[in-house]
Amino acid sequence: MTCPRCGNVVEPSHRFCEECGLNLRQTRTPVGGPLGAAAACRGCGGDSFGPDGFCEQCGHVRPSGRDRMMADLGLVAGLSDRGRRRSRNEDSMACGVAFGAAGQPGPASAVVAVVCDGVASTERADSASQVAADQAADILLEAAAQSDFDAEAATSEAVAAAFEAVTELKRADESPSCTYVSAVVTGTEVTVGWLGDSRAYWIGDALQSEQLTTDDTVVSLLIAAGISEEDALNDPGAHALARWVGADAEEREPHVRTCSPAGSGVIVLCSDGLWNYLPTLGSLDAAVRADPRPPSQRSPSDLVDALVALALESGGHDNVTVVAVPFPIGDGGTT
Amino acid sequence: MTGQFQLEVFQNEYLPEGAAEVNAIITVTATGSGAAKPAGPAAEVIIMDCSGSMEMPRTKLDEAKRATRAAIDALRDGVQFAVVNGMDIAEMIYPKRTRLVAANASTRAEAKRAVTAVRADGGTAIGEWLRLADQLFIGHSGSVKHAILLTDGRNEHETPEKLDRILKEVSGNFVCDCRGVGTDWEVGELRKVATRMLGSLDIVAEPAGLAADFRAMTAAAMGKDVADVRLRLWTPQGATIKYVKQVEPSLVDLTGRRVESAARSGDYPLASWGDESRDYHLCIEVKPAAVGDRMLAGRVSLLDGDDTVLGKAQVLAVWTDDTALSTRINPQVAHYTGQAELAEAIQEGLAARKSGDVETATAKLGRAVALATETGHEDTAKLLAKVVDIDDPVTGTVRLKRQVAKADEMTLDTRSTVTKRVRKPGGS
Ligand SMILES: [Zn+2]
Ligand SMILES: [Zn+2]
Repeated sequence: MTCPRCGNVVEPSHRFCEECGLNLRQTRTPVGGPLGAAAACRGCGGDSFGPDGFCEQCGHVRPSGRDRMMADLGLVAGLSDRGRRRSRNEDSMACGVAFGAAGQPGPASAVVAVVCDGVASTERADSASQVAADQAADILLEAAAQSDFDAEAATSEAVAAAFEAVTELKRADESPSCTYVSAVVTGTEVTVGWLGDSRAYWIGDALQSEQLTTDDTVVSLLIAAGISEEDALNDPGAHALARWVGADAEEREPHVRTCSPAGSGVIVLCSDGLWNYLPTLGSLDAAVRADPRPPSQRSPSDLVDALVALALESGGHDNVTVVAVPFPIGDGGTT
Repeated sequence: MTGQFQLEVFQNEYLPEGAAEVNAIITVTATGSGAAKPAGPAAEVIIMDCSGSMEMPRTKLDEAKRATRAAIDALRDGVQFAVVNGMDIAEMIYPKRTRLVAANASTRAEAKRAVTAVRADGGTAIGEWLRLADQLFIGHSGSVKHAILLTDGRNEHETPEKLDRILKEVSGNFVCDCRGVGTDWEVGELRKVATRMLGSLDIVAEPAGLAADFRAMTAAAMGKDVADVRLRLWTPQGATIKYVKQVEPSLVDLTGRRVESAARSGDYPLASWGDESRDYHLCIEVKPAAVGDRMLAGRVSLLDGDDTVLGKAQVLAVWTDDTALSTRINPQVAHYTGQAELAEAIQEGLAARKSGDVETATAKLGRAVALATETGHEDTAKLLAKVVDIDDPVTGTVRLKRQVAKADEMTLDTRSTVTKRVRKPGGS
């Protein structure tokens, strides 16, 4: 077999291509996020920035590569946008494809996707969400390449690794934190794990769609405790997170759930920047089905483009991140 | 001879949607100059008002002479100095020729003898005095250049236009601390001179206090060893600078003193520095950007006379729809905004009182009492109490006093621009 990147002949037992160094067991988004290209100044369109990172002409900050991050690995695609009202993108994502023992260019064994939303009230929330997503994706991809892969156990380990990475950012006066949602998708199963209010959805081609996560928010806890939705929403701290990833979090064990859909569809992970505009399952389902093709037959990059555009057109009040994985995963390598 | 300069910025960079005004306090602290190292070159000119009125009463001239001799004694060896006789023209008292001489035991003694021999005669033309001092400083660039100006009367022997013209010509060339003796001088007029010359202003109601004050001013000037410091301010295209003010240790509006230095940059003169700390209030109006946008409203740098950068700071603007962020009040900005308002209330109140507008005077001075009470300006409150009877210091309910000593009124006016540093949270 040959390396999918450089064409060099590779041994199936090898982990890396000896010619170009490609990891044959996995392909993933770059650590630090799939940063966008440096763009022109948003204030004046110029391109001359001082060493302090501000436009020499109009003073606007140099656009960040985090403002719009795009990833398209064929079997999974993600898009993360700063939105229209926030000064930074504090959402992050990481995704990848694991190839099992045979390695690339064989069939993929699992697709991994992680979305984390930095808690805006802490400084360096963007770093927190990015290291959490990167660490978790690493653990999930490593585990998925093993023959005795246990997706639920790997999800717990991934969250523990995310906690460790975020805790390292803690300083005396601040404790950066973020939400967490991940999906491990194989040919037969979907395993999701979460802490916080970033969501995972199953959108079936023919089967009923479903929200796979329940928000870890005060309002959800109140409703679960039997308080009416109306009263719960009137609680002043209703939308506060009840659980998160950060040094100051009490509960660290994620919710984990596995399902085996009987038909095809697509898994959608997103931050609240999307679902605030599509709060119900029905509204999100309808937004995906606005395109006449069956959801699993659309390219995932086309699907995430459409959903992010919808959030931006609706006001783009928050950072918005969407990752999509068609189910079941195809045989596609990285083509 | 460059000390360490530290710049700190105090501001709330978060603005609500559509807001354009950015306020920041820049604290500049210089350390490591002065005592530890040999002092840099310095030049001192003492301008003594010798107009005829200095003879009335005779003690005024005697005290002025005593003060000038004290200042001469405070000059350390090697300082280039001269003493100028201010009348309707300016003349040299010491040395005889129009130049500076190095201070040493014998020049100091000669200078003091020359001062003692001076007679008061003629009028008052402050512009002429400053012009002679300016001429004396020529050839001393790189030195800390300082003058002391003592006067007891109005600038009667030249037009205000001429004084303005001369101030424009000489300001920035040297620092001039101004002192008014007695109660026949004009506070507004001398304040203008002191402000333009980046110097302090005070009243010496009792001539007996002069010698100590002169000695302190000379000593302070000798303690400066970084000359010709400038604050350079870069602002983005489309921005307007509403003002740049020194707000500590006293209020000095520097806005009009800008000299364009590069594209979108201008320099404001800060004169000479020793080991000290001063605060500046910058108010910049920028073009509002979209919520979520972050921009630089100003780059501040401090330069010495050789264009060496001594320190840098940034003034930021971030637009947000989070009112919890945009409504946060920065204590430093609030404090100095309040002080500027206090000074304005006092000056406008006294002007109204002078012109017989009792209603405005009562309102403005009442407001000043309330502000002084609220902000803990005990010294100012005491001075106000000599001009108005205070019924309620909190609400500022006052009545104008019928009889006010001229010296009390002038002291209040003069010291209205003396500021007080904000107490840092948990600070020293
Ligand atoms: Zn290769
Ligand atoms: Zn620009």
